Amino acid sequence: MASLRDIKNRINSTKKTSQITKAMQMVSASKMTRAEINAKAFVPYMEKIQEVTASIAIGSADASHPMLVSRPVKKTGYVVITSDRGLAGAFNSRVLKAVNQTIQQRHKSNDEFVIIAIGRMAVDFFKGKGMNVIVDIVGVADQPSFAEIKDLTTKTVGMFSDETYDEVYIYYNHYVSAITQEVTSKKILPLTDISSGSDQLTSYEFEPSAEEILKVLLPQYAESLIYGALLDSKASEHAARMTAMKNATDNAKDLINALDLSYNRARQAAITQEITEIVGGAAALE
Amino acid sequence: MKTIKVSVVTPDGPVYESDVEMVSTKAESGELGILAGHVPMVAPLQIGAVRLKKENQSDLVAVSGGFLEVRPDQVTILAQSAEQATDIDLDRAKRAKDRAEQHLNETKRENVDFKRAELALKRAMNRINVSERNI
Repeated sequence: MASLRDIKNRINSTKKTSQITKAMQMVSASKMTRAEINAKAFVPYMEKIQEVTASIAIGSADASHPMLVSRPVKKTGYVVITSDRGLAGAFNSRVLKAVNQTIQQRHKSNDEFVIIAIGRMAVDFFKGKGMNVIVDIVGVADQPSFAEIKDLTTKTVGMFSDETYDEVYIYYNHYVSAITQEVTSKKILPLTDISSGSDQLTSYEFEPSAEEILKVLLPQYAESLIYGALLDSKASEHAARMTAMKNATDNAKDLINALDLSYNRARQAAITQEITEIVGGAAALE
Repeated sequence: MKTIKVSVVTPDGPVYESDVEMVSTKAESGELGILAGHVPMVAPLQIGAVRLKKENQSDLVAVSGGFLEVRPDQVTILAQSAEQATDIDLDRAKRAKDRAEQHLNETKRENVDFKRAELALKRAMNRINVSERNI
């Protein structure tokens, strides 16, 4: 049986850990609320751009653009969004596992695909596997502004345009609620399945022409898809971390209760033993 | 006078929302003025100012590209970044201008960086102009 002091030490260290996890839980909770607000602020922009893109791409059949056409796939790009730090339960491993499985199924060699990794976890994972990570970005802020990640989105869309790859998928954790997040994969480019939010498509006049507008509109649309996924993933990250830290705090509490019990038992055993020894000693003197 | 609803939206959230009499801005194909009841239209915008005329005042919004969607009762401007005149950080814009000018002097004309610096300079100049209201 462990000595009294050992148990006491364990109780103290568990208490300290639980204080830390509790604090992290509260930090994540407040960050999650902010991330949710950010994601909401982005919704009007996304809805509008989707509506206009759909109206033009579907409404005017004569307008064409390289981003709307599927071409033979020689190389695939995967955009993978994870966090920089762990301590978020299965948040990162779920995404990485999903991407890894897809890659194993679809590709025979590492030359057939490239990876655009966002977040240290994804960067380390894919580099460790010796896969071709062409763009990596770490240290994305908790509340990323569009300007911050514009470089990344422009590069990603640009590499599709100059045929570095012929299709792009994005993998991230979609925020369903504070307790559920699910891994989502989306095809960003080419934009073959644009659906409009509403059924009503407006027929527009184009100034100067539909093609000129698609040239501006489509890259902006594709970029905003990536930004939207990033915001979504950030909200999921904080939610996942909050849940993980809540579980850790609860476990610590259980552990402390169990340790308290064995501490009291050990203390009582020590007292009983002492009394027995005194009584035994006194009896021997008589 | 009849008014038309205008909203300027960026990925970071709506920047401007109001009912105005006239929207005037610079599209890729030239100056555009829009009143209520305009035919539905879409046009890409240049880096520039959007002037929103109300009864006896006018608001200015600096827009970095993007495009304009017009419906009979509503105008939406979708840009990757936009600021109202009062929200512009003038010091930051001036610093960006100096930086862009320095880049332009250092890099060669055919360089990709040259184009980027040129665009950065345009954006910075636009912000400064809008902020100081000399358009």
